Amino acid sequence: MKFDLKKFFFRKPKNELEGAEDAAPQPAEQPQPIPEKLAEKCEKCGQIVLSADLEENFGICPKCGHYKKLTPRARIAMCAEDFCELFADEESGNVLGFPGYDKKLADLREKTGEKDGVVCGTAAIGGMPCALFAMDYRFQMGSMGHTVGEKITKTFEYATEHGLPVVGFVLSGGARMQEGIVSLMQMAKTSAAVAKHGEAGLLYIAVLLDPTTGGVSASFAFEADIIVAEKGALIGFAGPRVIEQTIRQTLPEGFQRAEFLQEKGFVDRIVERKEMKDLLGALLKVHSPAAEVQP
Amino acid sequence: MNAYEIVLKSREKGRPTAVKYISNIVEGFIELHGDRRFADDRAVVGGVGFLAGKPVTVIGIEKGEDTNDKIAHNFGCAHPEGYRKAIRLMKEAEKFRRPVLCFVDTSGAYCGIGAEERGQSEAIASSISEMIRLKTPALSVVIGEGGSGGALGLCAADEVWITETSTYSVISPEGCASILWKDSAKVAEASECLKLTAQDLIALGAVDKIIPEQEFSEAFFSGLREEIARFFEAKRAIPADVLVEERYRRFRKF
Repeated sequence: MKFDLKKFFFRKPKNELEGAEDAAPQPAEQPQPIPEKLAEKCEKCGQIVLSADLEENFGICPKCGHYKKLTPRARIAMCAEDFCELFADEESGNVLGFPGYDKKLADLREKTGEKDGVVCGTAAIGGMPCALFAMDYRFQMGSMGHTVGEKITKTFEYATEHGLPVVGFVLSGGARMQEGIVSLMQMAKTSAAVAKHGEAGLLYIAVLLDPTTGGVSASFAFEADIIVAEKGALIGFAGPRVIEQTIRQTLPEGFQRAEFLQEKGFVDRIVERKEMKDLLGALLKVHSPAAEVQP
Repeated sequence: MNAYEIVLKSREKGRPTAVKYISNIVEGFIELHGDRRFADDRAVVGGVGFLAGKPVTVIGIEKGEDTNDKIAHNFGCAHPEGYRKAIRLMKEAEKFRRPVLCFVDTSGAYCGIGAEERGQSEAIASSISEMIRLKTPALSVVIGEGGSGGALGLCAADEVWITETSTYSVISPEGCASILWKDSAKVAEASECLKLTAQDLIALGAVDKIIPEQEFSEAFFSGLREEIARFFEAKRAIPADVLVEERYRRFRKF
């Protein structure tokens, strides 16, 4: 009998214990998770850039200058020292019993390793102590539900109690619709905490990132003493698509971008990412209660 | 009525709009126009008058009655000037320790080029922020649609009341259905899920009182006037800092 090599090596499994062919590892389709990505594609210019280069360059594409969105922790690491996280255990569930929301939340928590869309704490920027919060685009584009509103409120309350300025890295598409009226109430709750912090004579700097729209834009984003916007960020009440649908015309180039808002008088300064830390440090210094602080 | 039927009812033609409430509840209403910055936004009607013999500042988001009137009032969709007018009137009320009464009926703040250019976000944010720290009593009554941030701008009050077939929501059910399910036909389902009816809202603590409607008769308005007068009378004795702290706690619970 002729030994059929092909049949021996490439036989079909006789039963499920032998394992199906489909279950065999297929490196081409299911790559092993690599701890650190080596290269990635710029979402703007489409060119492949080395992740190490991108990271070293503040998440700015070395080829086209596009600002890649940063996670809250990367943002904090870039702008602040001695970060000490607060309210990390804060989380809430499906407050209205909205269909599919439990799963969505669980998936996002699994994917990001974060409980919700904001990271809060205390830190120093340019040696100046402050409380800060940074919102997370990975969590439904930083949408504000109960947890986000609660953590930001607590950050302002903590800062009021401890006499600290607040630096807020704001990034949000708006209210989190699955939390209905509870998410709308977060706008009022955060606004009240911001106002109280302000009445205590304390500084709040909002850094508006791409994008800042909807309910977040119509609350704590625009309640700061100083409002700076990262270069090119989309900032507005209604999103551009909604406006286009409403007025049935195409919006002009640059509409609702940071530069447009500065021109119209609604942001104090446009800031380049590489200069963010120095600017924030300098602003904190100017507002410091210690009068003898030198620039 | 299911949630979607209430949504439709809250937008129904012939339903009394803010000016009707104002003329039936406030005596000797004197309308005051303009935001002192850019324009007079007619989607927001405001002024001073008397309520049960006591001075009051009243602000309403007005949808308009017939077609021409609706156009004049921009269908109750305020521009930034509307919120800035409201802020100005609230601050004036605070100065003279007059209570503020708001009637809210809007599908939402206007979204368009001019509204964005003139800072719709900043205007609403300031309105919430000023109202929530106002050193004089404030009451808001949702009388039709309480549409998202545009409604909240005038709802940062000591109490928020709602008439029986009104709604108050973070987004319209149409918007929710199209964003979440990419299917605008699922409006009825979205209406249920959003928990936007008076009954849902009171259970969630987002509103403090439901005003029964039955019919919008003279008795309805006089009954409401009496309730509002009683509310302001009770708040009048409270020191301003206590009032502001109580308002803080009202919203802090969410």
